[in-house]
Amino acid sequence: MSGAVHVQGELLTVKRAGSHLHLTLVAPGIAERFRPGNFVAVSSDDRSLLARRSLWIHRVRPTGSHGPTVELVVSRDAWPGGLAQGDTVALTGPLGRPFAQPKEPVSCLLVGEAHGTAPLFPLAERLRERGCPVSMLLSAPDEARLFGALEARRSARAVTVVTGDGSVGQHGSVADVIADALQRSSADVVYAVGSAPTLHAVAAAAEAHGAWSQTALEVDQPCATGLCFGCAVPVVGEGGMQRSVRACAEGPVFRGDRVRWTALTGEDA
Amino acid sequence: MSIQLAGLTLASRVMVASGCGGTGRELAPYVDVSALGAFVTRSLTLDPREGNPMPRVAEAPSGFVHAIGLQNPGLESFLALELPWLAQQRARTFVSITGSTLGEYAELARRLVNAPGVSGIELNLSQPDGPALGLFDSREPFQAARVVGTVRRELPRGVALTAKLAADPIRVAEAAGLCAEAGVDALVLVNAVPALMPDGRQAGLSGPAIAPLARRCVADVRAALPDLPLIGAGGVATAADARTLLAAGADAVQVGSALLHDPTVAARLAAELEGDA
Repeated sequence: MSGAVHVQGELLTVKRAGSHLHLTLVAPGIAERFRPGNFVAVSSDDRSLLARRSLWIHRVRPTGSHGPTVELVVSRDAWPGGLAQGDTVALTGPLGRPFAQPKEPVSCLLVGEAHGTAPLFPLAERLRERGCPVSMLLSAPDEARLFGALEARRSARAVTVVTGDGSVGQHGSVADVIADALQRSSADVVYAVGSAPTLHAVAAAAEAHGAWSQTALEVDQPCATGLCFGCAVPVVGEGGMQRSVRACAEGPVFRGDRVRWTALTGEDA
Repeated sequence: MSIQLAGLTLASRVMVASGCGGTGRELAPYVDVSALGAFVTRSLTLDPREGNPMPRVAEAPSGFVHAIGLQNPGLESFLALELPWLAQQRARTFVSITGSTLGEYAELARRLVNAPGVSGIELNLSQPDGPALGLFDSREPFQAARVVGTVRRELPRGVALTAKLAADPIRVAEAAGLCAEAGVDALVLVNAVPALMPDGRQAGLSGPAIAPLARRCVADVRAALPDLPLIGAGGVATAADARTLLAAGADAVQVGSALLHDPTVAARLAAELEGDA
């Protein structure tokens, strides 16, 4: 985290992909320090909007022809800046604790929800370099909010798609298909990105299957840099001690068996 | 340009406000904390506090509504795990404290003054959701002054005592006067404004939305107490905001919610104000 920088990013390209924007920004310092699971925080230039937006990094190119670039995938309404080439936006990153990667070539299942699939692609690349067989499970409420299905077929040896309305792939949610996906991939490790209820389902299924889970949590992070304590996550630490940590600083990646999911989702209230 | 305040030499007129600088470490990538006027810690209680459940922060026009619930590790962990880093960085550290009883305030002060690296104590007498958190009720000015008097007795010379007062223009000059009589070295004006989260829980409102209120409180206290050092706080985001508060009568300013929006802002303000007389 101490490697983060705060820079004025310059928008290079904007592509629309379903209900997402795929943005490429020139952002010196961020690309060079990136590890899969890191995110950037973006500020609006509208001074009446103070909270930062945390966005997953989809890809980096430390040595592009325009300089070091980062690529972000966001839902259209989440981008607080301008969309014209050359617009600048204040970016801080790379932030957060990245995914822990296995030292041995073990079988991995990567699970993403909507734009939360974006950070799985650089992870898949690193895992393949280590000889890990990679399977992917992509989910979204509908086809427009599904991201990366084509790219997934190039990145993974097996891809499962599930949508809430059944418009593409299987009909249902991650919770409905995760046990089957774990079985078919014989996964030793499952990496997942998404909302708390989805990650809860993944962590529980991984535990039942005997796999490790690394879960990257999407919650509102008012400052995204560890300053405000506004993104509390209840966890169980070493020795069974319960405590509250910050998603942005101690996360966003947590061991799935360490998060008190029911306390986080309010199910035990 | 260094300034003298409450018997201390501060490297700048710009300080980090309580609750907006993490443990200090999180600011390190963006600012040299020793170059700031002071780092004020998030409010510390004697025993650890878990804080409130989520959601803790809601965006409001030009502000944040926040109900963190005083999440902090308690005195022991703070002394063991957080203060040594601040001391090592040579940060001017003010420890913000709050408590449920006068006895808790006294014990916190007694144990903090013996710790290396504490330049001052900032009494959080105006936690906007204090009633919901079971804090000592210091909303009445004479009760605020009782806390000041209690803690003053525990402090040796060389440790500054400041108190952060509520954003209440009607009573702030009265509270300031009583706190001054009770021995406070400087006042921080103002804390977050009492507010409600959208779901109805007690909270505070911070940010540019409260800047004019802070300015009014600073001006009124300055008029009543021409010689007492004042630290302005509330919605400072630009050098112009800081200069406005200084012009209203503040000797220094604290930057808070603006750091959440841009973690480099404290360093930039310190540099921009450097050249001012």
